[in-house]
Amino acid sequence: MTAPTSGSIPVLSEQDIVLCRQLVRKLTQELRFSLVDQTKMITAASELSRNTVTYGGGGVMRWQLLTEGTRNGLRLAFEDKGPGIADLALAMTDGWTSGKGLGLGLTGSKRLVSEFDIRSAPGEGTCVTIARWK
Amino acid sequence: MQRIPILRMGRVLLVTIQVDLQDQTALALQDDLSEMITRTGARGVLIDISALELVDSFIGRMLVGISGIARVLDAQAVVVGMQPAVAITLVELGLSLSGVRTALNVERGMALLVHDQQEGQA
Repeated sequence: MTAPTSGSIPVLSEQDIVLCRQLVRKLTQELRFSLVDQTKMITAASELSRNTVTYGGGGVMRWQLLTEGTRNGLRLAFEDKGPGIADLALAMTDGWTSGKGLGLGLTGSKRLVSEFDIRSAPGEGTCVTIARWK
Repeated sequence: MQRIPILRMGRVLLVTIQVDLQDQTALALQDDLSEMITRTGARGVLIDISALELVDSFIGRMLVGISGIARVLDAQAVVVGMQPAVAITLVELGLSLSGVRTALNVERGMALLVHDQQEGQA
């Protein structure tokens, strides 16, 4: 039996943020990411899962192991059915926040990963996808 | 909810964060430390984060908050023991931890606090 190459976990509460981080640590360790790369991916997951809980009203984190030739990587998608983001360009500005945060979650996470994609529309929720290669 | 223990060593409070910090635990630590500084008249607070595997913007904000609160309560907070991978990630994330004093390890953090207090008395 081979280990699963994708899956998902609920992101509904603060406790789930911790569980997300622990899952991402386990996955990046299995992929033999360097300690710095592990830490970057876990920190990005922490920021984005907190956004899912705080602004999206909860959602799900989907994960997928990636293989491309000899390269391995990890893709994470944070999906919620919350209010969505009206102005994506504004949301991707350093220091901009709709809540009480520092406004670093989205822009900061983007700097920590190799691929970043955000899809959102008012009333239709938000999906942020990130990937990092070993 | 988990609470992080605060140890008192003379005029210094020592906090060692060894758990994967939940947001509420981080906020509770801020409250507990403020209360403890006032009650004990501590002049220094050492926060050892050597066991922390990440500092995200929430934890970063807590460290900035604790440092600011300590300052207005006439104490000095020093964050010690940050892992190199955490430091690299923190800077790339864009967190500057402005106003937070740091030292490489507990020993150097303690030396910093003792030095400050001697200067204050002189």
